[in-house]
Amino acid sequence: MKYLYYPGCSLKSSGRAYEESLLAVFDALDIQLEEIDDWNCCGATSYMGVDEIKAFGLAARNIGLANRQKKTQDDEETHIIAPCSACYLVLLKTQKYLATHTDVRNSIQGGLSEIDLDLNSNIKIRHPLDVLVNDIGYQKIAERVQKPLKNVKVASYYGCQIIRPYQEFDKEYYPMTMDHLVTKLGGEAVDWPLKTRCCGGTLMGTMQDVGLQINYRLLKEAHRRNADVMITTCPLCQFNLECYQDKIMKSHNDSVEMPVIYFTQLMGMAFGLSDISLGLNRLLTPVSDIFQ
Amino acid sequence: MSSTSKNGSVRIGYYVCHCGHNIAANVDVAIVAKEIEKLPGVVITREYKYMCSDPGQELIQEDIKELNLNRIVVASCSPLLHEQTFRNALTHGGLNPYFLQMVNIRENVSWVHTDRELATQKAIDLSRAAVRRVAIHKALETRQVSINPDVLVVGGGISGINAALTLANAGKKVYLVERDPTIGGHMAQFDKTFPTLDCAACILTPKMSDVKNHPNITLWTYSEVVEFSGFVGSFKAKIKHKPRYIIEDLCVGCLDCIDACVYKNPKYRDEFNVGLSKRKPIYIPFPQATPQVVVVDPENCIQVKRGKCKMTCVDVCDRNAFDFTQQETFEEIQVGSVILTTGFQTFNPEKTPYYGYGKYDNVYTSLEVERIVNSAGPTGGEVLMRDGQKPKKVGIVHCVGSRDDRTNKWCSRVCCMYSLKLASLIKEHTGAEVYNFYIDMRTPGKGYEEFYDKVLKEKVHFIRGRVAEVTDWAAEKEEEGKLIIRVEDTLVGAVRRIPVDMVVLSVGIEPQTDAHDVRRLFNISCSTEGFFTERHPKLAPVETAAEGIFIAGCCQGPKDIPDSVAQSGAAASQALALIDKGVMEMEPNTAYVLEEACSGCKSCISLCPYTAITFVEERKKAEINEALCKGCGTCVAACPSSAIMQNLFEDDEIYSEIEGLLSIPQL
Repeated sequence: MKYLYYPGCSLKSSGRAYEESLLAVFDALDIQLEEIDDWNCCGATSYMGVDEIKAFGLAARNIGLANRQKKTQDDEETHIIAPCSACYLVLLKTQKYLATHTDVRNSIQGGLSEIDLDLNSNIKIRHPLDVLVNDIGYQKIAERVQKPLKNVKVASYYGCQIIRPYQEFDKEYYPMTMDHLVTKLGGEAVDWPLKTRCCGGTLMGTMQDVGLQINYRLLKEAHRRNADVMITTCPLCQFNLECYQDKIMKSHNDSVEMPVIYFTQLMGMAFGLSDISLGLNRLLTPVSDIFQ
Repeated sequence: MSSTSKNGSVRIGYYVCHCGHNIAANVDVAIVAKEIEKLPGVVITREYKYMCSDPGQELIQEDIKELNLNRIVVASCSPLLHEQTFRNALTHGGLNPYFLQMVNIRENVSWVHTDRELATQKAIDLSRAAVRRVAIHKALETRQVSINPDVLVVGGGISGINAALTLANAGKKVYLVERDPTIGGHMAQFDKTFPTLDCAACILTPKMSDVKNHPNITLWTYSEVVEFSGFVGSFKAKIKHKPRYIIEDLCVGCLDCIDACVYKNPKYRDEFNVGLSKRKPIYIPFPQATPQVVVVDPENCIQVKRGKCKMTCVDVCDRNAFDFTQQETFEEIQVGSVILTTGFQTFNPEKTPYYGYGKYDNVYTSLEVERIVNSAGPTGGEVLMRDGQKPKKVGIVHCVGSRDDRTNKWCSRVCCMYSLKLASLIKEHTGAEVYNFYIDMRTPGKGYEEFYDKVLKEKVHFIRGRVAEVTDWAAEKEEEGKLIIRVEDTLVGAVRRIPVDMVVLSVGIEPQTDAHDVRRLFNISCSTEGFFTERHPKLAPVETAAEGIFIAGCCQGPKDIPDSVAQSGAAASQALALIDKGVMEMEPNTAYVLEEACSGCKSCISLCPYTAITFVEERKKAEINEALCKGCGTCVAACPSSAIMQNLFEDDEIYSEIEGLLSIPQL
């Protein structure tokens, strides 16, 4: 099995900590990741709304690149790992849509042929959470733990995009993959009903009062359930929930401060990896004291 | 048409039906008639608005007499619908009814094509095939089989009880087989019945004891039909009796043994109270269970499991009714007809996790609430939640597992009404604020809309919209500790959050999990979802495709108690009609062996699903029992020597049809 890594824009910018911790954790588990050469923007959800065909074309180019990279190497089964929820959703949607809409597929394939790319492959789009728990397995992860998260209460926040509507690795209404992962790391999973509730996405930029309220509710409920830390799978969720905590607390006159980190950062902490290698130095709300 | 000579000169009448606009709108029937008139042997062609009407049939009969016709082709609808009609017309006209051939130019042509010209051509082609075929039809006689007057009723809910009593009161012998330890079905679990609020037990239990005491009814509870064979008039069924470890004839239902059981406290899930209470390994499902006989649960009784119990139950039984050596027993019976009333199951709301069933203690199914409001239920009729509190606000969520692409698409028909009933009862018992969340209110029965009106006046709240989720996530201080129902109120046009103490999920009706096994056992059909299929949705609602097997109640589709009773009465009267006639006319479409061609290879014998073929040792030939043959044609196709023929489907007839279809060039 070969894993090609598709970082997307976030993991190279606002989500640097995600990339750092992801690579560190995969390395700690001895899994090789190979970045796709010359990858481009996935188009995210906004471009889909502007011009669907071009959006599919943009995303499909990345699949074509992965296909080429796979062919030049060897023939083993190849999976693209897309850590950002938006990238994961868009790539998965593109692949599923093109498989059932031959007319769109043909026109996009036509375009890709001009640059010697080919869509025909059985490349799979995977989220790292899926790969870690289903390919590597809880067992192996548990074995790698060096500093169990004793008495740490963790609220797992899945957000919307990795859960609905295309993924197949967890229940769409009440996912549990991360919750199980937390217990394997020695922590305590907080059962909370907002785990798939929207973080507001780009509303924080366009209608900030709404964005602040949405994120206030998420943080408030995690607090109410005594969570010490919230973990996410998505750079945008992490950004909304963490970077605006000052404003949220001011506008709602309520102290809901809480570290919000990537699930890979939490794994790395339990694995005993260094703060720097996990990008923990980049956090605005520090997390290090949760072990006390 | 050389092959027709053996029937003398062939004189064919051809009739094409407009079926109002059903056929005529898409097929040019005048052209069809004109084209068919050119064919050899065709004496007359006619078109008529409704061939199945009396004047239409008389047209055929008059032509037979005046034009000396001896073959008839009718091009109209499916033979399933009107073949018998036209066969009767032939009989009345003095012809053998099997000199008829029908052409289906409605379902196979006008309803499925849009190009009128091509459709017309197809109608002509199919008609030509029929004309060619009918010319070599043989005169056939129907067979008669006699009808055993005994009836098997499977399933002892209200439908089965009503069917059994109707038949028994008419003097027929009935076997009523129920797989649970008692009859009564779901109705026995209900508290009151809508819209009159009659107590369900008060109207049901007298009928249950009537069944038990009726001299014409053999009641077998804790029993199942395991094998079934034969044909209308003489079916054979094998019944399995599961061991109760109690001799039914000796037990008087004193229940002393239950008190004496070594388990001091009830420990196991009480199925009758849908798990809201516990029972012991020896129990009686409910006080009015019929028969009034205890039953031992083999999964949990120490004596049955390990054979090492003090058996305090046996010590107190002065009737010596215990028998721990009981095994499964089997019994074979013969009946002439069968009524299937195997009922339904309720939708399992764990399939809709967003409603929180199984996650939040105070989310209940409607069936659980039936038990809670019932005075004989686990709380003695007090509406108390699992935490012992009385709810102050209750939300009833309609259409859980109904009218939903994600679960079941159909409307379960009873939920609106029972939700109204439960709203009214909960309000009466607790004075709580009750909210109904509905998509549409469906109250079409007699007195149902009036009941809805009454509940509205009782100030029950109605919010129109499908509930999105039930959660314990409090957005405001006031919501803390409550269950919050999130719903789009489509009349207000806003998303609302309604905090409540108790949520009732109005679960829909589903086919039994093993409906497909039952269907295969009795050789009937069912829809993909698993409801048994009636022979015709309007005109044969209790018959099935299998002669002599009738269906009633919720196994056929969701329905309420009045409809189940009406339908089971109808099924019983259909069985009575069959029995009182005493004989049944059978299609002459049986297979027969051409002995000179039969090599005695026996290939056909094991293939026959009706065990109608035997091997005659003296002549080393296969022989088909006409009474058992159902005309499925399996042996005909399988015979390596082409030594088996089938009436109505002779090789010549089928080849003529094909030749007719292919012979003439396009218009």
